[in-house]
Amino acid sequence: MSRYDWLLFLHVASAFALISAVVLASVLLVVVRNRDVPSEVARLFRLTRLGDVLGGVGSVGALVFGIWLAIDVKGYELWDGWIIAAFVLWLMMGAFGGRTTKSINAIRDRSRALAAESGDAPNPELRSLVRDPRGLWLHAATAVAVLLLLVDMIFKPGA
Amino acid sequence: MLAAIRPDSWNYALFLHVLGASVLVGALVTAGAMQVVGWKRDAGQGAAMFARLAFRTLLFVAVPAWFAMRIGAEWIYSKEGWADVTSEPDWLGVGYITADLGGILLLISVVLAGFGARRLARSDGGSTILARSAGVIALIVLLLYLVALWAMTAKPG
Repeated sequence: MSRYDWLLFLHVASAFALISAVVLASVLLVVVRNRDVPSEVARLFRLTRLGDVLGGVGSVGALVFGIWLAIDVKGYELWDGWIIAAFVLWLMMGAFGGRTTKSINAIRDRSRALAAESGDAPNPELRSLVRDPRGLWLHAATAVAVLLLLVDMIFKPGA
Repeated sequence: MLAAIRPDSWNYALFLHVLGASVLVGALVTAGAMQVVGWKRDAGQGAAMFARLAFRTLLFVAVPAWFAMRIGAEWIYSKEGWADVTSEPDWLGVGYITADLGGILLLISVVLAGFGARRLARSDGGSTILARSAGVIALIVLLLYLVALWAMTAKPG
């Protein structure tokens, strides 16, 4: 296996980890919208740690190995239009993803506090938190940025 | 270097294949994680909830993603003209075996997860064996697809 093969594998594996984080967060955000029992929401949101790890490792790995590939492969330059577009999309994804994570962590922390206070009783404050559309919209923006990154990587417009 | 030199007309097939594969891996990670988290809990502590969510994730996310991945694979296979080649490269064989074997195992995992979730939802708490088996199989499928990912990108042979 050549260095190119390894770099491509690590780049794509990182992208898959990132997309796995998006899928995990999508499932959690959809599922949690119909729940208002603090202990249930807290249990579900235990999985967010896995999403944080996958998202962090995936996004940094995709960027680092992507830059390495662009430098290593003859015919690609870091200032090619589609690679600059990828940098912009990566920054957008990071900005939206960071705010989504904050939103999810806020629900997780509040659900834990409420579970400690009131146990299994449905809670109207938690209901309004999980149904707040801002978290869903931020996550949708993150997912669209990731999808556009994938489109950019496959179609390489202008290359 | 295929990614650098392929014709533009192949891109739609490759996009469908990669999108399907990545969402499939994400669904398997999600369902597998839910089953692992629910593993040591009894029904009252969320085992039933995690088993039901894992089942739905496999059924409504992983299965459609598997079809997208597989249809994209067949599409790009025909675009690249592999059917006219007498001796296919090893990485293509690894892709076929892992995709189809993984598909069968995914189906078994969905069925076991569905029955496992129903059992756990019973008032007496039910058994966790089916849900646990589904979780183990889902994680095996995930490993298979990581091997496929390596074969598709590193292209051994």
